[in-house]
Amino acid sequence: MTAAVVKPPFWLLAELTYRCPLHCVFCSNPVDYARHGEELDTATWKRVLAEARALGAVQLGFSGGEPLLRDDLEELVAHARGLGFYTNLITSGVGLTAARALALKEAGLDHVQLSFQDSTRELNDFISSTRTFELKSRVAAIIKDAGYPMVLNCVMHRFNLPHVGRIIEMAERMGADFLELANTQYYGWAWHNRAALMPTVDELRDAEAIVMAHRAGSNDHMKILWVSPDYADAKPKPCMAGWGAVFLVVAPDGLALPCHSARMLPGLHFPSLREHSVREAWFDSAAFNTYRGDAWMNDTCASCDEHDADHAGCRCQAFLVTGDAAATDPVCRKSEHRDRIDAALAGAHQREHVAAPLRFIPGATKGAGLVFRGNAMSLALSEPALP
Amino acid sequence: MIAAASRPAVAGMYRLQFEPAQDAWVLLYPEGMVKLNTPAAEILRRCDGRRSVDDIVGELEAAFARTALRDDVRAFLAQARERGWISQ
Repeated sequence: MTAAVVKPPFWLLAELTYRCPLHCVFCSNPVDYARHGEELDTATWKRVLAEARALGAVQLGFSGGEPLLRDDLEELVAHARGLGFYTNLITSGVGLTAARALALKEAGLDHVQLSFQDSTRELNDFISSTRTFELKSRVAAIIKDAGYPMVLNCVMHRFNLPHVGRIIEMAERMGADFLELANTQYYGWAWHNRAALMPTVDELRDAEAIVMAHRAGSNDHMKILWVSPDYADAKPKPCMAGWGAVFLVVAPDGLALPCHSARMLPGLHFPSLREHSVREAWFDSAAFNTYRGDAWMNDTCASCDEHDADHAGCRCQAFLVTGDAAATDPVCRKSEHRDRIDAALAGAHQREHVAAPLRFIPGATKGAGLVFRGNAMSLALSEPALP
Repeated sequence: MIAAASRPAVAGMYRLQFEPAQDAWVLLYPEGMVKLNTPAAEILRRCDGRRSVDDIVGELEAAFARTALRDDVRAFLAQARERGWISQ
């Protein structure tokens, strides 16, 4: 057992707002986001960015929600670039006009990551509950014309896995430098929609084979990342490269978090950057130190050869599936709760096969059993905060 | 191999800068960073699309009072091109 050597954060993810024009069923924002406090103002964001940079943070993601809904985005990008950050915009593309793409370029934005839901208009629009497919195609061209490196991100699930070959071809056509095929991680809204989104292991293997064949047969420059579907692969992910190790999320209301999802863990009091400096939050807060290093691990993880590599997996997944955030990540074969993961996977086999391409008929949303992200649903699914 | 007369430049995907916290030059790219050793940094800092490979070799030999750096520089540039760090 070794004491944690705490290095400064390398990655700062600035979730500027939870507001979003899309209603994606796999959104990683908290399900109770509509109950959270006001967004940080421009001056506070600038202070947070400066403090994180002074500690040594290098990569900065502007995310949300939809960060383009903040009309101070250009000002924050210019500030961040002046500090020396490599600046990434993580966007749905809604609101990214050619004029704004150029204004952001002038402010010093380095890179744009554009989310896509599918290679077809029907499924893109269905999954996001918006009509945005043509818009995203136009925005991809705007991003390339403005000279940005472009990463396309597509969250994968049972509805679009059969389309993976066409998604790759679409990304190539659009001139993406990098395609992230992000198999759904079951947190936030995706946790609520887990049964509906869960693919069978065979569907995952078929899609992965297409990705591998494409990688082997292609000599063009687009790189493809296939995010391991950890339920099926039974391999705990090295979540955030370790709790409080390299990754700092700042939520729209200023809460400092070790990942997108951790604020739902009970018993942890995450520091607010309205009252605390980034240094105090990262190095000194009890919450950031709770799962640092390996001193907190149970015997199964502490005695496992893999724990330096996978950091015992994901605390949020452990909590959601077992009720104990310190438990072994349940996707691991060594977890006493692995049967719960196997049951979720088995559930995917008991559904009717999804016809591809999907046909959309009135009532399809209800029929698919999906909960779409939105303010009213957020309020309905969560309890008011205690006064 | 990289031609002696070519004028390499750091590719648009990458940004080269000095990082005080790392005490090193780094290449930044979407969501990542490569920490460079001193020879790599000294070569890449001169890849500005104006200097030729011969110019770069000449400058390095003068700056570090060394001779016969040409093969090392060209081998590094070939690797850098392979990784997509430079265009020419």
